[in-house]
Amino acid sequence: MSGIRFESVSVAYGGHTVLDSLDLTVEPGEVMALLGPSGSGKTTALRAVAGFVTPASGRVLIGGRDVTHLPPHKRGIGMVVQQYALFPHMRVKENVAFGLRAHRTPRSGIPGRVAEALEMTGMGAYAERYPRELSGGQQQRVAIARALAIRPGVLLLDEPLSALDAQLRSGMLAELARLHRELPDVSLLYVTHDQVEALTLADRIAVMDRARLQDCGTPQELYRTPRTEFTASFVGNANLLPVTVAERGAVFEGRTLTVGPAGQAPYGIAPGATATLCVRPHLLALGEGPNALRGRITEVQWRGSTHRLYVEVAGHRIKADLPELRETPALGDEVTLHFEPRDAVLLTAGVSHG
Amino acid sequence: MLVHSKAGRWAAWALFAVLFLPLFALPLVVVVAASFAGHWSGAFPSDPTTGHYAAAVRGESLQALTTSLVTAVVASLLALVLGTWAALAAARLGRRTKRSLDALFMLPVAVPSVVIGLAVLVAFSRPPLLLNGTSSIVVLAHTVLVTAFAYQSVSAAIVRLDPAYEQAAASLGASPGYVLWRVRLPLLLPSLTAAGGLCFALSMGELSATMMLYPPDWVPLPVRIFTATDRGSLFSGSALAVVLMAATLLVLLAVSRIRTRASYR
Repeated sequence: MSGIRFESVSVAYGGHTVLDSLDLTVEPGEVMALLGPSGSGKTTALRAVAGFVTPASGRVLIGGRDVTHLPPHKRGIGMVVQQYALFPHMRVKENVAFGLRAHRTPRSGIPGRVAEALEMTGMGAYAERYPRELSGGQQQRVAIARALAIRPGVLLLDEPLSALDAQLRSGMLAELARLHRELPDVSLLYVTHDQVEALTLADRIAVMDRARLQDCGTPQELYRTPRTEFTASFVGNANLLPVTVAERGAVFEGRTLTVGPAGQAPYGIAPGATATLCVRPHLLALGEGPNALRGRITEVQWRGSTHRLYVEVAGHRIKADLPELRETPALGDEVTLHFEPRDAVLLTAGVSHG
Repeated sequence: MLVHSKAGRWAAWALFAVLFLPLFALPLVVVVAASFAGHWSGAFPSDPTTGHYAAAVRGESLQALTTSLVTAVVASLLALVLGTWAALAAARLGRRTKRSLDALFMLPVAVPSVVIGLAVLVAFSRPPLLLNGTSSIVVLAHTVLVTAFAYQSVSAAIVRLDPAYEQAAASLGASPGYVLWRVRLPLLLPSLTAAGGLCFALSMGELSATMMLYPPDWVPLPVRIFTATDRGSLFSGSALAVVLMAATLLVLLAVSRIRTRASYR
C-alpha cells in the first residue's frame, strides 16, 4: 500500500514556473484525478512523480519514501501515457514481460504474471501479436497490462484515453474503474483535461490552472459547491454572474436573487461585498419562477436531447441547457429563465466576467 | 504523382535520360566495356576477352580485394561503435556543447582526405605510437574518415527517436543500460545498419588518404586500380574496378536485407 505526497513541489523550466508549490496527498488505494487545461501543470506534476522532471524545490514521496532525487527506474511506479509507447520491436507478451525482466523476476514466474496481466485487461488472445497489428484501444490495454504486470503500488496515467475515439473512451473508462475495483491497493494518479473522465473515475479531483492547485475535493463537492470560479467554470461549465451580497440573497444588475436554503445569509459573506453567483446551465429552466432572469436569445444550438440557449441578460451571456424544446425559439426572442435558490452557489472570489 | 499530363511525363523522362545517362550510366558502361576489351582504338572496343578478370581474381589482385574488404569491415565496425557511442553521449549534452562536438566529428569530412592521411602519417610515425608501415595505420585512417558519417546518421536517428519509449522503459524499472540494450539500440538498428553500409562503401572506395599511408604488404584495391591505370594497363584496371564495384554492391545488398528485416519487426 503506497500513496503519493507532494510537499510544496515547484518545477521551473528556464526561469518559467510550470508547477508552483504543489501540496497534495493521494491516499493509498485512492484514485486522484489531476484536472486542468493544457499548460496547467498537471502533466508536470505527474512527471515529477515518475522522475522525468526534477523539482526545483519541495519533496515527492511515494509510500512515505522520499523519491525526489531517485532515478525513475528505482521508484516502483507503473505508468501509462497517451501515445501508449509500446515497444514496436517486441511482441505483446514481450512488452508485458519487459518490466518483469528489468526487475529480475525469476524466469519461471514471468509467463504466469504476463498471462495474468493480459487476462486482466482482456488481451490474453493477443500475446503473440506485434503492437502495430493492434488497434488504438487494444494497444492502450496492452500498455495498462504492461504497467500492471510489475504490480506497482502507484499507477500513473497521463491522458490515457485522449487518443481514443469517444465510444472507445467510455468503454475504457468503465474498464479502468473495474481494474481499480480488482486492485484496490493501487493508488491511481490520473491526469486529464476531460471533466467527464475525472468525475466518473476519481475519488477526489485536484483542479489545476496556471501552474497552481486551484481546488481539491470529491467530484460531488467540486460539482455542487465549487470553491473557486475556475473550478465552477471548468468542472461543469457554470454560469458566473457578478453580484453584490445583500441581507437576503444577492443583487445581480438590480435584481435580488435568493441563494441557498431560504432565509440564510449566504455562506457568511458580509452584506455589501461583491461575489460571484454560480449556476449550472442544466439547472436553468424556461418560464416564470423564483429568481427569474429576462433576456434576449443570441444563439440557439440543438444538441439532440437538449437545446443550448445563449441568453443575454443585462449585458451578461447566460448559458442554459434545456430538455429538447418542441418549438425551437428564434434568435432575438425575449425569454425568461429561472433557477431554484438551492441550485446556486455564491463564491467569495473576486468578480471576473466569464 | 507530381506531373499529371502525358506529354509532361514524357518530357520528364526525356530530361531524366539526357541528364542521367551521360552523367551516371555511361561512365559505368564504359568501364564495364573496357574491362572486357582486348583493344580499344575505334569508337567501340574490340577483341573481347575475359583475361583481365582471370587476372583480377588471383594473386596480388585477389589479395588487394581481401585487403580492401578487411579494411572496410574493420573500419566501418569501429566507426559504427565509436560514432554510435559519441552520438548517444552527445544527445545528452547541452545544445552548445553538442554543436561543437558535431563540428569536431565533421572535421574529417571538411578537411581534404589527403590532409587526413598526411596528419595520421605524421602523428603515428614516431614511438611510442609507431604504426607507420603497418596495416593498422590504413585501418585507423579509414576509421577516422568514416566515423564522421556514422556519427552523423546515428545522431539524426536519435533525435527522431520518441523519448516516450525510454521513459516507458524506465518507469517499468529498467536501468539506463538495460533501456539502451533492449529498447534504444534495437529501435536504432535500421539506422545503424544504414550507417554501417555507408561507412563500408566509403572505405571500399577510399584512395587519397590511403595513398599516403599504405605499406607494401597492405595494398587496398583502389590503390591497385590506380597503379594499374597509372602504368597504362587501362583494361586490367577497369576489370579491377568492376570487381571492386561488385564486391561493394554485394555487401551493401546483404546489409540492406538485414535492414529490411530489422525495420519490419
